[in-house]
Amino acid sequence: MAKVKARVKVPKKVAKGEIFEVKSLISHKMESGQRKHKKTGEKIPRQIINKFVCTYNGKAVFSSDWHGAVSANPYLSFHVKAVDSGSLDLAWTDDSGAVYKKTTKITVT
Amino acid sequence: MQSQKNKIQVSRRDVLNYTSAGILAAAGISLFGSIAKADKKMTVHAVSKLAGGKEIMSGKITLELPQIAENGNTVPLSVEVDSPMTDADYVKSVHIFAEGNPEPSVASFHFTPASGVAKASVRMRLAKTQNVVAVAEMSNGSIFQATTEVKVTIGGCGG
Repeated sequence: MAKVKARVKVPKKVAKGEIFEVKSLISHKMESGQRKHKKTGEKIPRQIINKFVCTYNGKAVFSSDWHGAVSANPYLSFHVKAVDSGSLDLAWTDDSGAVYKKTTKITVT
Repeated sequence: MQSQKNKIQVSRRDVLNYTSAGILAAAGISLFGSIAKADKKMTVHAVSKLAGGKEIMSGKITLELPQIAENGNTVPLSVEVDSPMTDADYVKSVHIFAEGNPEPSVASFHFTPASGVAKASVRMRLAKTQNVVAVAEMSNGSIFQATTEVKVTIGGCGG
């Protein structure tokens, strides 16, 4: 598979107790399993990211299960309540078992 | 003689047209009717499984989708559920279904009180004009549902 790139965007600084948005983007074909080979007519097997998990300073705060209907190069945004400065760890798992990770720092004032 | 022939030809053509149109119409109605019902059936079944016999309530959910999606391959969806998001009262999960897709399940979002707000956005594939359904499961077990129709100009499921 072509190299998978993940990006995450969070505000530079957040006040304690503030709810902030996390925007994520990952390059992935998200082969739905519905498409057919143009020549053979056979269905192209499904190969998608099926799970997303976000942990905040080690604690799971949000997760998402995906199916074939999630678009290619999936964008996902969600929210987190600011507690302490630290890191947000994002992990995407696809059908092959591969896990793609991205970490970002969060500064809480 | 000629005028008689013409009469017969016209009338035969008419008969054929009317009967074939009639057959098509009857078949068309039942065909589309059964496909439409089957589409909804899968979603209705999935939702009732989630509800597990509990009453499905309306309200609390704001489901944002474009009225018309130019490209069915990437339709932006945003969902928010009104909730205090405290340990005692929060939104556990929100499940998204596309009634008319070959596979209705789209995504599930699992929140925690640490989320602060039960809001998430994603981009989805819609095969054709259809209803998108959001089902919210609360921490107290209650179930809420919201539905929005999206018109799709070019379908996005590989076709």
